[in-house]
Parts: sequence; C-alpha cells; structure tokens
Amino acid sequence: MSGVLVVMEQRAGVWHRMSWETLAAAQQLAAQTGQTVSAAVVGQAGELVGKKLDRIYTVQHQLLATYTADGFTAALEQLIRKVTPSIMLFPHTYQVRDFAPKLATRFDQVLVSDAIGFHVESGAPIFVRQLFQGKLNADVKLGGGEPHFASIQTGAFRADQVADGTAQVEQFAPELTANIIRAKPQEPFRESARAVDLTSADIIVSVGRGIKDKDNIPIVEELAKALGAELAASRPICDNGWLPMERQVGSSGQTVSPKMYLAVGISGAIQHLVGMKGAKTIVAINKDANAPIFEVADYGIVGDLFEVVPALVEEVKKAKS
Amino acid sequence: MKILVSIKQVPSRDSQLRIDASGRWIQENDIGFEINEPDAYALEEALRLKEKHGGEVVALCAGPARASQTIREALAKGADRAIHIEEENLPAFDTLGVAKLLAKAADSEKPDLILTGLQSDDLGYGQTGVVLAELLGLPHGTIIMAVEIIDSGIRVKRELEDGWFQNVEMPLPAVLTIQSGINKLRYATLMGIKKAKTKEVKRLTAAELGVTPSPTASIERVYLPQRTKQTQLIEGSAKEAAAKLVEKLRFEARVI
Repeated sequence: MSGVLVVMEQRAGVWHRMSWETLAAAQQLAAQTGQTVSAAVVGQAGELVGKKLDRIYTVQHQLLATYTADGFTAALEQLIRKVTPSIMLFPHTYQVRDFAPKLATRFDQVLVSDAIGFHVESGAPIFVRQLFQGKLNADVKLGGGEPHFASIQTGAFRADQVADGTAQVEQFAPELTANIIRAKPQEPFRESARAVDLTSADIIVSVGRGIKDKDNIPIVEELAKALGAELAASRPICDNGWLPMERQVGSSGQTVSPKMYLAVGISGAIQHLVGMKGAKTIVAINKDANAPIFEVADYGIVGDLFEVVPALVEEVKKAKS
Repeated sequence: MKILVSIKQVPSRDSQLRIDASGRWIQENDIGFEINEPDAYALEEALRLKEKHGGEVVALCAGPARASQTIREALAKGADRAIHIEEENLPAFDTLGVAKLLAKAADSEKPDLILTGLQSDDLGYGQTGVVLAELLGLPHGTIIMAVEIIDSGIRVKRELEDGWFQNVEMPLPAVLTIQSGINKLRYATLMGIKKAKTKEVKRLTAAELGVTPSPTASIERVYLPQRTKQTQLIEGSAKEAAAKLVEKLRFEARVI
C-alpha cells in the first residue's frame, strides 16, 4: 500500500473550502514520506485538474447525489480497496465527522480526527491533535494495517499553499444498491433569518462559561455598552438560554472578524476559536492562565472577571469621557 | 421503548491538568471527575423520550471504579439501571477498542435506540457513537438537535455547518450522537438520589466481553501547546490591569 489519498468535499459543485487546506496537508505529508498524492471527490474534478496530483478519482453514482453515511462509506470503501493508499486524509467537516469513523472501522482502524499537524518519524506520520478542549496537545501514532485515517482541522493548513500541476482524471463507479441506504435525508434548512448580524460589528464583547450564572450577564452587557460593542457568547451560554442562539460565535454559530474581540470567561475550545480567530485584536480575560484562548490573544488578563470587568468598564468610561 | 445511553466520565472542567511521569497522559490522582457534558444531554434526551413514550433507560459506561459515581448520578436523574464495564486500564483501548466493549455490552440488551454525546471533553475524537453503530450494523445520526418518534422509526434534526440544519428519517434501532443544548438538563431530586441506591448496576469486564486491547491509535506524548501569538499578559490588581489594558487598546492597538 502506498500513496496519500485525500477525500475532497463538494456539494452541488461547490467545494468545501477546508478541502483545499487538507489537500495542502496531503501534499506536504506526501513530500515528507516520499509518496504520491491522489484526490477523490464525490462529484466533479473541476479545479482539481490544475493541482499537483497523481490522479483524481471522481466517484459517481446516482445514489450519491444526496449525502448519506451509508452511501458514502460503501462507495469510498470500494475505492480504497481498489486504490490501496497508505494514508487517507479528510477535511474535518461535519459531513466527515458523520461517515469517516464508520469508514475507518471497516478497515479496523481509528480515524485520528481533527489533527492540527503532523511530523514524520521513520517514514511514518505522527499526527498532532488536541486533548481536553485544546488545553493539551498529543502526538498520536497509528499502528495496525494500512490505510491509516486522519482528518485535518480547519485552519491548520493554508489553502494557498496547494501546489499546482496537472492531474489525470479517472471516473470511479461504485457498485451500490438502494437497500444499503437506511437514512432518508431531507433538504437542509436555516432556522430563521438572523436578527443579529455580528459579522458587521467593529467591536465584540463575548462571554463564556466563566460568567457562571444568567444573573451575571449584565456585568458584560455593561462592558459592551461602554465600548459600543455587540454582545456575543460561546455555545454553552446559548445552550443554557442565557443569551439567544443568534448571538453565538463559533463553528455552529457566526464567524466574525471584528477590529476587537474581547473574550470574557471563555476558555477557547476550538469550536469557538474557529469563529473568532480572524479578529484583528483579541483580548482575553480568564482566571485560568493555561486556557487555550490565551494562545490566540494579543492581550490577556489572568484574573477574576467579576473584579476585572467592572474595573474595565470604569476605565473605558474614563477614557471615552 | 428501550433506550441505552452511553456515558463517559471525564476530568472536571475546571481541573488544573498536569502531565504525568510517563509523559503520555495526565495525573489523575489530584483532579475531580464528572459526566462528559454532551453525554449529560444524551441522558436527558433519553429520559424525556421515556417520559413521553414509556419504556426503559439503561446507562452504559466504560470506565474505572471511580466511574461508578457518574453512573450513580445518572441513576439518580432517572435511568432505570446501568451497566458498568469496569476497566482500570481503559487507555490501553483506543476509540475502536472502547466502542467494541460498548458494542458487546449493547448487543445483548437489544435496545431500540442508543444515545451518546457527540464527543468527549477529554479525548475529543467525536466518533464513539458512529463506530458503535457500524459495529452493531445500525444506522446513525450525528450532531442531533431534536428526536421525534414516527411510524417508520425516528425523525432527527441534524446540525450542519454555519447555522444550517437537516431533518433525517431512519428506521430503528439506531444510534444518535447528541449535541449539547438539545434540551435543558434536570437536577437529580432527593427522592431520585435515594432511589438510585437500590437500582441495579451490572458489572462486566473486558475479559468477560471477550475484547482484548489492540490499539491502532496510541498517544505517544502529551504536552502544552505552543502559543501561536505573543500574548501580552497584563499584570497587577484588577484596577491596575484594567487601566493598563485600556491604555494599550487606545494607543497601541488603537481600537478604542
């Protein structure tokens, strides 16, 4: 078995942008392990033909027109058995989270999910992934039979580093029958038009679990008011109903890039960071000096938000008067 | 309907994590443990389904002896009974190994529905439910925000990216991974805590289930992540730090 096979994600002809980041990762991994890279897509090859790839497999079957875990797993299992790669790479999208563990299980393997990088030791990749919501990193080694499976975290590699070249397209028609597909998916929908558009805010004050209780929300509201900022929150705050879902920043909420993002009592799990790390200036106030939010912050105060935030409100008011 | 809920005990959220002497895991002797938060939502959803449709909720947990505390709490909240796969050396099993343990235990229960959280707050692989479904030959749904029983099985609301959702129907039995926030968690009542003491907890071992550890994914090393940005940490009392921060935001970052 040899070669890196990267599975690109496309819906109705539109690429999931993380696919390109994963392709960049695949090319780097292949270069360091002396292997070739091929790409597979359920859909059309499109821009892939201009990339440096050994081969592009376009997986086509009418039962794959709508995504199902059963259909995609069966199709890709057949492709893997034909191509026999040593490493399978996926973008860590919601869709990949839904089927790639199932696919890996068919090969008695574990998907090393949400990897943020890798290094090569004795010709084999060691993947780096986060533990404890980003508080620690771990080097993960894969054993057992090949292929090995890994998915790549959003933003871990840069899409603009994909090497151009030429690639040969090969159609792959899996043998699928309708009875293997058990789930009946319906059309995706959005809950409602968003009443709050955080993406246009210049300054965002965002609050997390550290606020402890709904009754404490006014403390950060004061700060948002003083700064002329929009108030936002991490997921647990919205899950608890302390602020409406439409104020959520992160992978399941809005992605923002304001001039300043002030994170209060937010530890900085990756699901939150992907929604705000594009902010120009990031300020973090948190009692835990090891909180992952400090990895992306420009300015940080390690301290009790119940003391720091009211003090900050006073100072901001003073500065603005 | 019989609902199996797979729960995991993880280090408490506020734990100060220290790397252990082996360099491959954390010191566990001086930290607290609690139910994995997404699993708490899965348990809550199971209890709500039972209240609506009748049946039984069975909590399933693989973990060392200390996990019995988390199992007790699940029983106190309303699970009818529990299965504890008691294994001191769980790290010897990778995600696939743990899913095999859970699958063996689940198989003999013949549940109509299996629920679990979408990911664990410690390892965060986010795949135990999907692997469990594959091992049991069942359909699955991931990142679920609503569950409804229909004639042909269930209709679930899947969360997709960027605020999109999708309804999916599938036959039962099935496995669902539950997203945090799907419902409001209940507290155990005094009566519930009292009742929990008399509820059945079946103990099984990996050996009894016929699963031996043969990990393919192994943690070689754990370490603190490197900072990608140079963070200016502002020291002093709350008042001093606030004043310094405002000055920097005005004259250095120029955002105020």
